[in-house]
Amino acid sequence: MNGEYAEANAETLAGARETRPELPAPLPVDDDPRPLYDRIQDVIALYPERKSAVIPALRLAQEQYGWLSEQAFDEVAEATGFTPAYCKSVASFYDMFRLHPVGRYEICVCTNISCALVGAADTVRAFERELGIHRGETTDDGLFTLKTVECYGGCGWGPVVSVNERYHEPFPAEQVPELVASLRADAEAGA
Amino acid sequence: MSDVRILLDFEGHRRDIAEYERHGGYQQLRKALAGEPGDVVAAVDSSGLRGRGGAGFPTGRKASFLPKDRKPAYLCVNADESEPGTFKDREIMLRNPHALIEGILAMSYGIGATSAFIYIRGEYRTEFEVLRSALEQAREQGYVGRNVLGSGYDATVVLHRGAGAYICGEETALLSSLEGERGQPRSKPPFPAVAGLYAAPTLVNNVETLASVPYILAMGGEAYAQIGTERSKGTRVFSLSGNVKRPGNYELPLTATLRDLIEGHGGGAPDGRTIKAIVPGGSSTPILTPDQIDTHLDYESIAEAGSMAGSGAIVVIDDRTCMVQLALRVAEFYRHESCGKCTPCREGTRWGVEIIRRIEMGEARQGELDLLLNVCDRILGKCLCPLGDAMAMPVASYVTKYREEFQRHIDEGGCPFVEKSPITGLYHDLELVR
Repeated sequence: MNGEYAEANAETLAGARETRPELPAPLPVDDDPRPLYDRIQDVIALYPERKSAVIPALRLAQEQYGWLSEQAFDEVAEATGFTPAYCKSVASFYDMFRLHPVGRYEICVCTNISCALVGAADTVRAFERELGIHRGETTDDGLFTLKTVECYGGCGWGPVVSVNERYHEPFPAEQVPELVASLRADAEAGA
Repeated sequence: MSDVRILLDFEGHRRDIAEYERHGGYQQLRKALAGEPGDVVAAVDSSGLRGRGGAGFPTGRKASFLPKDRKPAYLCVNADESEPGTFKDREIMLRNPHALIEGILAMSYGIGATSAFIYIRGEYRTEFEVLRSALEQAREQGYVGRNVLGSGYDATVVLHRGAGAYICGEETALLSSLEGERGQPRSKPPFPAVAGLYAAPTLVNNVETLASVPYILAMGGEAYAQIGTERSKGTRVFSLSGNVKRPGNYELPLTATLRDLIEGHGGGAPDGRTIKAIVPGGSSTPILTPDQIDTHLDYESIAEAGSMAGSGAIVVIDDRTCMVQLALRVAEFYRHESCGKCTPCREGTRWGVEIIRRIEMGEARQGELDLLLNVCDRILGKCLCPLGDAMAMPVASYVTKYREEFQRHIDEGGCPFVEKSPITGLYHDLELVR
């Protein structure tokens, strides 16, 4: 990469680190052992009309199965009282619902303007090199899916990268090899 | 006056409810519940507070549009912050979540809402967790739930996560999404105040707007109205990003200028760089040129400068950046987010992207700049919601103000800035990695 603009970016990234608020430790993923159907009933009870529970129900199904398969849509439909086709039409509108399986680690790089101005393209290309795939693809071993996404709301602390929905910011290209190596190690350790 | 801060006037965070209470937290809810509901709306009205989401509509007036005594009625909190460049609601939720919750409770009481819903964008997972914990604490302390503090008022707050759609920040699309549908906007009228969530009277307010409410109640509407300008009252949290030394959120009174923010707080462009362009209110707003850096940040001054205060997101672009690439990135974003309901937006955003891409790749013919402006013109003001305009306005401003640069792409048959523009890697020289 062009050394001149990497240098200008480094200054911005250092400033971004100074101004980013401290984040709390991530909470563990909800591991409620009850069947999906029962958990969806709890969600329905929160709303005056049950249709409002469709999106939260789709999220619960996706968290359970990793993506929204035909079976997941059938289960959400059964639990909410809407048809599978309706649930699918809703899910297909929203970027976070996965209509296809993804790798164990879904890596998303924000490439909207603020992140693009401070090196998001370099971060994307570093992931492509490190993982041997293009954006939008999954590695053959099923470990990694690489995506580019629209504005993540971390503009001042960009480039923003998320791994399984957890933000890493700012995340310049040079941090890519270390992250990928640690995720590979986690996967091997069965974490 | 330049260092007045209200919402973020402390170091670190106040996620712990006891810490928030030590600084006077939840006292305003107590006071509000002891008085008449109308007092809350009257105080907000007298403060002159204007919506901090993007439209800048006076908050007190918006609340007063709800018919009295029609039940149910709802308060919806717009935490779907997604205008590119904007990340201030996120910092407010991370550092001062209880101010938001207290504001929600006071405003709910003020408008007689039977329930409040917080619609938070799906990507904000940590922020969702922070709000969930804060709500649990507030419930334990008796601020949320049945018979709040013995007042007889029941407060229900539901935290609802979105699933990734920019358009859900538009209030009627937010309501569609909250009702479990695709997030498509609805025609207005009827306005949400009359027929909103589940066709009931509904007030939709942004996070920063509601988080300001406890402070307004504490200092009094008139005192708040002393800060800022004649028509733009109070402070605002500005999100500063792009090519500056110290990007971040900065809360400033509305008397400040772009220069105060960009140079004073942000440290200016990185060393050896100069500013080429400034986005003043999120990616949907017309761009400003460096000679406009002394523009004040209030709603009126930015409008006079030919743009919009929008969501308070200032993006600084330095001299390395190719404006065609920037226009392409902005246009692609709005095409991606267009819900497809209105033809000018659905088709126009696609045409915009195709023409700009041809310009960047050196495939455009002479005359296509005017074609691009023509496409923008055919979108403007012709759709149900502002999303189409959100592409048309900035793109038209890039072409108009940096026309020579666009023209060079056509004349030279390609991008003259490939070597130095930081956005280049998204569009050119993709290495084959296999």
